[in-house]
Amino acid sequence: MTARDLSIGVDVGGTNTDAVVLDGDGRVLAWTKRATTDDITGGIRAGIRDVLAAIGDDRSRVSRVMLGTTHATNAIVQRRQLDRVAMIRLGAPAATEYPPLTGWPEDLKSMVLAGSAMLGGGHMVDGTPIAPLDRDGILRFIDGLDGFDAIAVAGIFSPTSPEQELEVAELLRGHLGPDVRVFLSQDIGPTGLLERENATLLNAALYSVARSVTAALVTVVAEEGLDATTFFAQNDGTLMSLDYAAQYPVLTIGSGPANSIRGAAYLSGHDDAIVIDVGGTTSDLGVVVGGFPRESTLPREIGGVRTNFRMPDVLSVGIGGGTVVDVESGRVGPQSVGYRIDREGLLFGGSTPTLTDAAAMAGSRVAGRTLPALDARTASALEQALAVVADRLEEAVERLSLGRMDFPLVVVGGGGFLVPDRLASAGSILRPEHGGVANAVGAAISLAGGRADQMAPMGERERAIEQASDAAIAKAIQAGADPLQVSVVEVIETHVPYTTQPTITVTVKAAGPLARLTADAPVH
Amino acid sequence: MVQTSSAVRTAAPLTEITADDIAALGVGTAIFGTGGGGAVYTAQITVENALRAHGPVPLVSVDDLGPDDVVILMSGIGAPTVGIEMLSATGQIHALLAEAERLLGRPVTTLMAAEIGGSNGVQPIGWAARLGLKVLDADGMGRAFPDAAMVAMNVAGVPCEWAVQSDVVGNISVMKTIDLHWLERHARALTVASGSICIGAHYPMTADTVKGAVIEGTVSAAIRVGHALMSSPDPVSAVAAELDARVLMTGKITDLDRRTAGGFVRGSVTITGTGADRGRLQRLELQNENLLVLEDGEVLVSVPDLITIIDAETGHAITTEMLRFGQRVSVLAWACDPIWRTPRGLELAGPAAFGYDLPYVPFEGAAR
Repeated sequence: MTARDLSIGVDVGGTNTDAVVLDGDGRVLAWTKRATTDDITGGIRAGIRDVLAAIGDDRSRVSRVMLGTTHATNAIVQRRQLDRVAMIRLGAPAATEYPPLTGWPEDLKSMVLAGSAMLGGGHMVDGTPIAPLDRDGILRFIDGLDGFDAIAVAGIFSPTSPEQELEVAELLRGHLGPDVRVFLSQDIGPTGLLERENATLLNAALYSVARSVTAALVTVVAEEGLDATTFFAQNDGTLMSLDYAAQYPVLTIGSGPANSIRGAAYLSGHDDAIVIDVGGTTSDLGVVVGGFPRESTLPREIGGVRTNFRMPDVLSVGIGGGTVVDVESGRVGPQSVGYRIDREGLLFGGSTPTLTDAAAMAGSRVAGRTLPALDARTASALEQALAVVADRLEEAVERLSLGRMDFPLVVVGGGGFLVPDRLASAGSILRPEHGGVANAVGAAISLAGGRADQMAPMGERERAIEQASDAAIAKAIQAGADPLQVSVVEVIETHVPYTTQPTITVTVKAAGPLARLTADAPVH
Repeated sequence: MVQTSSAVRTAAPLTEITADDIAALGVGTAIFGTGGGGAVYTAQITVENALRAHGPVPLVSVDDLGPDDVVILMSGIGAPTVGIEMLSATGQIHALLAEAERLLGRPVTTLMAAEIGGSNGVQPIGWAARLGLKVLDADGMGRAFPDAAMVAMNVAGVPCEWAVQSDVVGNISVMKTIDLHWLERHARALTVASGSICIGAHYPMTADTVKGAVIEGTVSAAIRVGHALMSSPDPVSAVAAELDARVLMTGKITDLDRRTAGGFVRGSVTITGTGADRGRLQRLELQNENLLVLEDGEVLVSVPDLITIIDAETGHAITTEMLRFGQRVSVLAWACDPIWRTPRGLELAGPAAFGYDLPYVPFEGAAR
């Protein structure tokens, strides 16, 4: 019997599609990097074929394929292929001063909105009903619509009082049939009604997009004759099953940085680290704590819509290989020549001084080239630019490490030569092998995970943690984790200010290795 | 240098507020929030919508008010964390206004913000648009304070005859309390019963009682500060110039001790000087708002003078909940309205009112 211990990780980014094959010990057996194509299936196919060709007969050892993609983000930003959604908000008369889609860009709103209603229902913070659930109103609203692809439901305080949204989902299935696509806000985000409602609506609008991506992956895996289970990367650095990904596509938004951060830390052999990915225009920094990316709690805008679902905490600074150095003012960026570096940079015979030129002047070997002779002013500007770079990177690392010096800094990305070998704010500086495909590695090593939030008075803290833990574990199992090995990996408690009785919000994350679905899988 | 009226007050007067002013107002009220006052984004979008739907709102000064004018305050009350989830109902402000007019026996003409700091400085503009009222270019605090009793009218001895509160389901309560401390207590208890968030109307005033009892010019000042910040290549200096404020120091946050107690964020933040300020260290004491700045064992600025931590690059205010280790910040301080420096003003909102056994030393802003 052949060992079935190989995983393929694929990351479809905005610019490049990367793929890797990892063995059971997490070693990189093969990797590829290609330009991303417009046709998603073609891009995935090319990446997977490349790495399969590299491992030859070992292809029969592949048991899993994991995909990370920016497809959902692109669909929103480019307003492509979005479904029409009926939005039901429960909680009237509360929040009627703020109708659904408040603050949305008009073009996106007219594209995705089939209609919206603010109906009786919802709960107060302590669970008291705001108004009786308006079941008749819901059915009248739905029956009065001209047509829709999906329904999004957001109830006030549903993250802490979830039963009513579930009742509405039942009602809609009873009325429209079991196949109706209903999306509940409690599955998408924490408190913050407008942001959670926005995220739920976007999630519902992405259903077809998500289906086309999951279908593309299934198609390629079938074409290649792989007997492998397929997974999608989520934005918290865990995986979800294909069915789950089709149901919660917004959770793939931000999976690229999450995978990159996690993959880089993994390649460096550290569970706690700061990761910096230096590209052509920006450097993106993130933190891995206990093997997972640290998450941001701030609302984020996607395609002009404010949302609050979890995202990796990424700090972008305007430092990249193509960042322009202005000789007159000494200013470094934020302009960048981007991918035109190979024509416009001084090192490549162009006339625009960039940070790549500065690094080359300081002795970095870039693309096997040497700089032309420089006049004194340009040389001095480039020299000073490197000091500016060191200063900004030092500050960025310090902001992420919260002053802790024992976190190593893991450097990946094509512009990694811009990071000096010593930074006052960082511990050791590591440049792992295969750092260029860290995002695909991150996808391939991920665990399946889930999370849940609970708000409670301080006195009921333990019960709140217990309930949130149970919900997070259930979601992790739903996402594909092995029920016997899933565990709580993080509990975050936040105090709620300006409340009369001390109140906390509890966020629990659970994760575990993927359940082994194939009979001939090796037993460790 | 002799201290004259600030640049804020001498610029051309604003006579109406349009949707285009609201982003600037939001930025400005965050600066006036001195670290508190809650987030303004959600308020900002709904106020912009109200102004687009109903047209600009007239902004009037205290001197513009006539004998037929009645001014009331309208403000949100409760927990901001609940406020982001259970937002207000469309009928809430109409119910409040109707009850206020019933109590007064005549129409209300003008709304005033209870506090210019934070979302309570932004919301009344949208409410005025929807209720067809004027907005008074003034507020009760000139900043943000945690307690309803900390208002200029209370310093000036103008009594609050009644307060009305409405919640999202339509409950209306009228409170006639013996003073503002009791109002604060009753209003908080009612708010909890209403799901921890309400809108209140209180402090009915006339042209006569308003004079000398409110902090004038603060709505237009907040808008100008916001415009200055958003349009300047050097936002920190632009904001300081508009406010006649001084940048005490620029540095990075190197220690943050923050905890929630009794419904308030309390703690301190330590800022280590960078650049020209290298070698200096300042500590700020905070209780929702920033209350004291200390350096070398000396109090540099204390409440009721205004202290706001701003982003050293963008100039945007950073509220106490948003402070993070390593942030690059500037500490901005400026003088409070003279009414807070009277004995009664300091009794209500001086260092002692926040539990500090410290004498108040007036901060003289950029003129020092």
